[in-house]
Amino acid sequence: MHVVVCIKQVPDAKNVRIDPETCTLVREGVESIVNPHDWYAVEAALRFRDEYGGKVTALTMGPPQAEEALREIVALGVDEAVLLSDRAFAGADTWATSLTLARAVEKLGPVDLVICGKQAIDGDTAQVGPGLAAHLDQPYTTYARRLELQDGGQLRAERVTDFGYEVVQMSLPAVVTVVREIGDPRMPGLKHKMRARKLEIPVLGAADLNLDPEEVGLQGSFTQVVRVFSPPPRCDREMISGEVEEQVEKLIQLLKEAKVSGL
Amino acid sequence: MDYFLTEEQQMIREIAAKIATEKVRPVRAELDESEEFPWEIMKILAQSDLFGVYLPEEYGGLGGGVLENCLAIEEMARACIAVATTFSASGLGAYPILLFGSEEQKQKYLPVIASGEKLAAFGVTEANAGSDAGGIQTTAKRDGDHYVLNGTKQWITNAGEAEIYTVVAVTDRTKGARGASAFVVEKGDPGFSFGKKEKKMGLRASATRELLFNDCRIPADRLISREGRGFIVTMKTFDVSRPGIGALAVGLCQGALDIAVEYARKRVQFGKPIIAFQAVQHMLADMATETEASRALVYAAARYIDSGAKDISKISAISKLYPTDVAMRVTTNAVQVLGGYGYMRDYPVEKMMRDAKILQIYEGTNQIQRNIIGQELNKEYGRIKETFF
Repeated sequence: MHVVVCIKQVPDAKNVRIDPETCTLVREGVESIVNPHDWYAVEAALRFRDEYGGKVTALTMGPPQAEEALREIVALGVDEAVLLSDRAFAGADTWATSLTLARAVEKLGPVDLVICGKQAIDGDTAQVGPGLAAHLDQPYTTYARRLELQDGGQLRAERVTDFGYEVVQMSLPAVVTVVREIGDPRMPGLKHKMRARKLEIPVLGAADLNLDPEEVGLQGSFTQVVRVFSPPPRCDREMISGEVEEQVEKLIQLLKEAKVSGL
Repeated sequence: MDYFLTEEQQMIREIAAKIATEKVRPVRAELDESEEFPWEIMKILAQSDLFGVYLPEEYGGLGGGVLENCLAIEEMARACIAVATTFSASGLGAYPILLFGSEEQKQKYLPVIASGEKLAAFGVTEANAGSDAGGIQTTAKRDGDHYVLNGTKQWITNAGEAEIYTVVAVTDRTKGARGASAFVVEKGDPGFSFGKKEKKMGLRASATRELLFNDCRIPADRLISREGRGFIVTMKTFDVSRPGIGALAVGLCQGALDIAVEYARKRVQFGKPIIAFQAVQHMLADMATETEASRALVYAAARYIDSGAKDISKISAISKLYPTDVAMRVTTNAVQVLGGYGYMRDYPVEKMMRDAKILQIYEGTNQIQRNIIGQELNKEYGRIKETFF
């Protein structure tokens, strides 16, 4: 099994400010961390390897210093790491990012399973995992809390929903995003940490992935951040008081007045 | 402070600190309350390769020495010395094999100890033999290709949980201290069982039980070194293990100081944070000074031992004596700084003060350490011919 885990280096959300002029994150002086959701992706990848054999390759797209994030997770026991870094990649939206990652996965191939965290804490889109599957033309599932390889080679995943969990089954190769219920990320190991220090991490650019500069980064992006702001309160609120029965009657009356369908 | 640690030593510290903060600190109160053996944490320490930091690479270790062991112990002790003692006691059980074991014994036992797959323990103390190891009554009688052990060891750390025990028993009663020998006993050996689990003042997550030998038959090749070397094995083991107790004390002091300073900065009385009052400031200053002095002492002793020096008994005793006396003072004062809160079991310094006491007692009481230091001084100065007057 060759598992690829995609991670992202993000600014530590505890210390982030937004520049009111440019509507972008002020990155100066803010510490970079591995996206907290990605630790679960790494744990899922390592457990999958420990259970079924093979190797785990970590992949990230980012500026040269994103290499530090890769070394940090190699210290947990990830086997190899690849950094996608190119000036042309800058400003990528989820489309351009997932396209770039997909080409890298193809280059690393054959890859049996790609695992991502459910979303990154900076953009919060949760689109890169599914986007990656689309570019790779592979089946995918999101919010997995459990991954298991069936006897026939199919991947069985338990997918967390608001009402419980769904069980989905798909053939490999596939893409999954995972949630924290997958299991606590392990602690770094001394031997892995020593290896991480010396590990050679290849850096791939657009040309290495046969990508045209027009397809990646800001140029290859369909979306643009126009404005970042705190949303205004959605509507007027009214607190209903009284006994439970009175509250229910009042609520029904208000809903009827508001012409909510079904009442 | 920068102690000029190597990159590798810093990594040991970082990993141990991460585990201590994320995995030990959140559960220490619960472990203390339930007296539950910290297996889950031991597994994490094993996965992180910490059990092998002081063992040679050819036996699966990382090739470090006493200093590496002390760094790991100190960081864990900052969160909980019951957990850190469980870890370090495995090393105490391994040292007799490392220092005096045959090549076969080392090959058999050290790799599984280094990987953390199995815990080790050291059994010397008995009901009538603590500070006076000459009073050991457990016997080992040669019977063909076997030794047969009879007797009871008391207050053995990791007893019942460890798989590998190094045990001192008398092989020749007529020879006094030269009649004791050291053996490896494995959990599951016939006639080997465990007594009741002790209820302790502190260090409650650490397992302390008796080792019961009732016609316990072990193969003769379990003898460590030669017959009659048990006392030497014990003394030399303590020479290298004692800085580890100093490291437990340093970590405990730092953990108590961390809480005391944080609290003193937040607690407002008479309109000011109490750290603004010199009465409190000076207490904290003394705590910090003695803690740092202890750390410098432990690292210096560990480095000296790791250099291969032979005359290590005195510095080893000093590196246990001073930090552990300091730990009792520092934890007591941490409780004092926190006042009523400090005395409550809802706050961690109460446990730290209870835990600190054992450091002045186990692996040789601090009175015994003073004996060792005094005797070494006498010997040392006896060799000097000049006068200092």
